[in-house]
Amino acid sequence: MSAIIRVDQLDKIYDSGFQALKGVNLEIQRGEIFALLGPNGAGKTTLISIICGIANASAGRVEIDGMDIQRQFRQVRGRVGLVPQELSTDGFESVWSTVKLSRGLFGKPANPAYLERVLGQLSLLEKRDERIMALSGGMKRRVMIAKALSHEPDILFLDEPTAGVDVELRRDMWDMVRELRERGVTIILTTHYIEEAEEMADRIGIINRGEIVLVDDKQSLMTKLGQKQLRVQLAQRFEQLPGELSGFPLTLGEGGTELVYHYDSGDEQSGIAELLRRLDVLGIEYRDLHSSQRSLEEIFVSLVSAPREANAGEAQ
Amino acid sequence: MSTPSFNHYAVRAIYRFEMHRMWRTLMQSIASPVISTSLYFVVFGSAIGSRMTQIDGVSYGAFIIPGLVMLALLTESISNASFGIFFPKYNGTIYELLSAPVSTVEILLGYVGAAASKSIILGVIILLTARLFVDYEIQHPVWMVLFLVLTAVTFSLLGFLIGVWADGFEKLQIVPMLIVTPLTFLGGSFYSISMLPPLWQNITLANPVVYLISGFRWSFYGIADVNVAVSMVMTLVFMLICLGVITWMLRTGYRLKN
Repeated sequence: MSAIIRVDQLDKIYDSGFQALKGVNLEIQRGEIFALLGPNGAGKTTLISIICGIANASAGRVEIDGMDIQRQFRQVRGRVGLVPQELSTDGFESVWSTVKLSRGLFGKPANPAYLERVLGQLSLLEKRDERIMALSGGMKRRVMIAKALSHEPDILFLDEPTAGVDVELRRDMWDMVRELRERGVTIILTTHYIEEAEEMADRIGIINRGEIVLVDDKQSLMTKLGQKQLRVQLAQRFEQLPGELSGFPLTLGEGGTELVYHYDSGDEQSGIAELLRRLDVLGIEYRDLHSSQRSLEEIFVSLVSAPREANAGEAQ
Repeated sequence: MSTPSFNHYAVRAIYRFEMHRMWRTLMQSIASPVISTSLYFVVFGSAIGSRMTQIDGVSYGAFIIPGLVMLALLTESISNASFGIFFPKYNGTIYELLSAPVSTVEILLGYVGAAASKSIILGVIILLTARLFVDYEIQHPVWMVLFLVLTAVTFSLLGFLIGVWADGFEKLQIVPMLIVTPLTFLGGSFYSISMLPPLWQNITLANPVVYLISGFRWSFYGIADVNVAVSMVMTLVFMLICLGVITWMLRTGYRLKN
């Protein structure tokens, strides 16, 4: 796969002096679903806004398919669709009139059949002549997606698209995202629902305090950073961890009847066999074993909290 | 597929969307200014005007027609264009315009073109309405149309500029209310500036609206407070100033982009 978006040394300093982006470098591959994760205020929306032309960068460069987004805006922007985080709609207009405007703005000739198909996919066809202000929040979100798709973009930005939407819409939306990807559309999404990124994305980028902390293939990220956990159900209860087991990364859980052992899934030697042998030697009987992998959410929390803790340490 | 150098689809889309807004708000866009201007004709033209002497050989009722048309044209051009761009800023839909492949020229053709079209339609309706109350002639129809179009475009540009600059409804109203309306009333809508004392005549010449109304009135009756060529040049200069400021605003993203 080749890069369709290339972000190079991007800085953004707002008039207030707040630096939202610090030398961001990022490449998005053609046809992938890329999930950008980060806590509130990390710079996700700022980054998307600059790529889409809504905000000006303070320094750095963005290219889409090898073209500069400023100098070759005409060639670039028509290929990009954006569903912003905020529910921004022209409430007095009808659904049909607003999607027609969107298609025209992006330089496409009228194509009622295509627009009807998009509205149909989003269950909006029956509402086409209704004023947007009369629609529910979920329906308005669908209108925004329809607007973003109205000009048949091959790159789609979804900024927190499922924030505040019901389960049905979320499911519809992800079905649609999968379908778009099958048609070759590159999708960049930000989300607070990490399980969505875990389920949908090919690659994941984590941004924190204006810096890209990590970009990796989802599977490789889970493997590399995904610590595993082995829970050993004991036949007897312990008040504290036996001293003979202090050499293992163990904690005592479940009221003293469970040992929790942490290990890296990538390590060749997990140490499980040695632990079980030691338990036999010590005559500690166990009834059951259960292993689980650390979720993306736990990985995410550990990555974004690490610099914070380090900074707190430095401040002390 | 090669990308066209002019996004005419965007110009048409913006223009149609804005014109559609006018039909949707017909009472506010057309009926309201027509009714208020008609009231001016009734009060100043028919009631008071019948007791007033002629000005430069023109009855008072006919004399005020160009001024009243200009008053409506200026107010509506500013209002239409400023609201057209301010409302997307206010409701957040401006993101779409900013992320679309549209240039400054295309944005202006769409928004300012629609605002100016609405004002010209309104100006023509007011002229036709005036015929119900007063008899008037148009000696130089080509110049009349030229002044009408130039004024509508120039003040739509000013309105667009105000719409980009304003960050709240109060600011959106403040320039039309506190600057444009007083300048129009003091610009000779209801009188000839030759009726003023000499000192005030000179001060009045600093008011750009004087040149618009004078030139427009000349196209009707052949009488003018200032030379018609000066009127035309001043209108063009004002238009170019507005154009320059707006181009800078759109290129830098002033009050549009973070």
